[in-house]
Amino acid sequence: MDEKASPPSPPAQAQRQEAESVTRRTFLMNVGIALNAAVALVIATPVVAYVLGPVLRRKDYLQWIDIGSVSDYSVGETKLITYQNPFSDPWDGATAKVPAYVRCSAPDEFTVFAINCAHLGCPVRWFSESQLFMCPCHGGVYYADGSRASGPPERGLFTYELKVQGGKLLINAGQMPTLKNRASANPCPSIATPTAPQLVSRIESCPDKKSPGTSASTIG
Amino acid sequence: MPGQKEPWYKRVYDWLESRVQLEGPVKDAVLHPVPRRTASWWYVFGSASLVLLILQILTGILLALVYSPSAAHAWASLELLNHELPLGWFLRAMHGWGSNFMVAVVLIHMTQVFLFGAYKFPRELTWIAGVFMLLMTLGMAFTGQVLRFDQDAYWGLGIGASIMGRVPFVGGQVVHLMLGGPIINGATLTRFFALHVFVIPGTLLALTGLHVWMVLKLGVNEWPMPGRIVRRETYIREYHELTHSDGIPFVPGAVWKDLVFSAAILFAVACCAAIFGPYGPKGVPDPTIINTVPKPDFFFLWIYTILSFLPPDMETPFILIAPVVGIAALLGLPFVAGVGEKSWWRRPVAVFSVMFIAVCWGVCTNLGTYTPWSPKMDAWSGAAVPVELLRSRTPLERQGANVFQQKQCRNCHQLGGNGGERGPALDEVATRLTEDQLFRQVLLGGGNMPAYGSALSPAETTALVRFLETLHPNYQTPSEDASRRLVGQGGVQTPAP
Repeated sequence: MDEKASPPSPPAQAQRQEAESVTRRTFLMNVGIALNAAVALVIATPVVAYVLGPVLRRKDYLQWIDIGSVSDYSVGETKLITYQNPFSDPWDGATAKVPAYVRCSAPDEFTVFAINCAHLGCPVRWFSESQLFMCPCHGGVYYADGSRASGPPERGLFTYELKVQGGKLLINAGQMPTLKNRASANPCPSIATPTAPQLVSRIESCPDKKSPGTSASTIG
Repeated sequence: MPGQKEPWYKRVYDWLESRVQLEGPVKDAVLHPVPRRTASWWYVFGSASLVLLILQILTGILLALVYSPSAAHAWASLELLNHELPLGWFLRAMHGWGSNFMVAVVLIHMTQVFLFGAYKFPRELTWIAGVFMLLMTLGMAFTGQVLRFDQDAYWGLGIGASIMGRVPFVGGQVVHLMLGGPIINGATLTRFFALHVFVIPGTLLALTGLHVWMVLKLGVNEWPMPGRIVRRETYIREYHELTHSDGIPFVPGAVWKDLVFSAAILFAVACCAAIFGPYGPKGVPDPTIINTVPKPDFFFLWIYTILSFLPPDMETPFILIAPVVGIAALLGLPFVAGVGEKSWWRRPVAVFSVMFIAVCWGVCTNLGTYTPWSPKMDAWSGAAVPVELLRSRTPLERQGANVFQQKQCRNCHQLGGNGGERGPALDEVATRLTEDQLFRQVLLGGGNMPAYGSALSPAETTALVRFLETLHPNYQTPSEDASRRLVGQGGVQTPAP
């Protein structure tokens, strides 16, 4: 064991390699490589499918979720609710719960907003007195109807698709809304919509009749 | 030799060495000559990065003995580490501070390599491997922040998803791939655990091996001298002449500085860990607790700042294009500037680039730390109107102060140094805006202010504006529309001086 076997000198190696370049052994080695490549492909296919699993599932994560009876919501109110993600595992813990805002603008007229700011997904807070949603991250602000008021968001709040069935309010939920994954197909007022006419209508609707979205006046 | 018995440890060493035969390569590595001037304190950051990587792996393994990568239990297992296991808090603190130091030292190492021209021929691939190692290090920092599964982690994932959701065409799929499903939940955490513990560190270790191998094979960069030009044809010969005429063996000639600096860095990490303690976890990762102010860790604050200042229509293009351009620039650098001068005395563009990037980074981080982008959510109920602003006011004006508080104006506007800072302080607003302008601003909004037309009744609006008109210093009259007095319609009554 004391003697270290010395490798053949470089010229000898080259000579040997050249002699064996197109022999039966080289051919068999190439067959071996090809076999491994084929097996690797066979193994890789399910692995790729496994890794892409979250993408390959199509829409089956969306489900109509009961968020309470219609009578739970009074007109003119925007309420913070929590629903259970339709497909959750025991190890999801608290993350299986998802908050959302339900706005009841008129009898049987509902809008359900996602909690996530349209800018970067931070949780917006509702201020009923000023009728605004405010975001704690970069100060995005939205009006009561979800349209963008100020700050960096490029569109209004995301809304859930909803329906009323047997006196129950249902929303189609199950995914986090981002700019490419809308919470629903409902178009939201975006920055592209001209804003000036909206503002005029805001002022016109204001005097005399107390609009349902407005809180009780502080002055008699 | 028979008869003369060697000591037992020598025999054990010989027995092992005759089998593994590593003595030769190790000797070659430790005794390889480095240019004398290169054995400098400037060259210690690479080895310090390696030492910090080893520290992170060891502390990471120890944390993994206890940490539970389950969305339901991760937070509790961190609390257990912090409060119940002896010195668990110290281990978490070492890992957290180790990561801070590692990002910092890696960036310093990279800056040094750039300024010393060490990325030039023949060390281009060493630089490219280094760029990927930097990306891995930042990836470790972000995934590590997710494993500290608290409110910041949860909403940080939301921010990550919102950024990914901007990718054209496949954004939706990319988000689902990143989150391991359609929403942030247990599958997201296990996914980031696998990335943080297996995928990224594995790749990082492999790249580190390649990086160090190339450093040994190509030799440590010589001290850059103005006028000593790198040419592909002659550089390797010149380098060998230099190391053989004016070189010293790496061990012990240069290594002692590496050792001293590494020890100092480890001691600094331990001191920070002992003094400042572990990072969080902050609040429980319960998405229904929405009274939270998510903020990324220190090293990502500059991104947070940029995302705040970009105009809405530029945001998506910038987010998608800037990182690609940045990484391409780093990877392309050794091919664009692979030869020529190495000395910073002859590379003003390089020096100014470093200064520019450093200043930008510093400014963005500072802004990210201190800028009040968001309304102060509890100012309307928490910060009272200063009494002196209510003294000798009419009932209507005082009612206006009520409206001012109740409609949450204070969340964005300061009075007497209290309140939000998203909008301007209003202590002297009457000197800036006339009555008409105040009405217009309140009802229609403008600048960055929402319109309050639909949230205020006419009576409330009037009261509010009357109150705002009183907000001016005693020595300065409120601004008024000159045309009003001219037309003789009265308008704002200027208080008698």
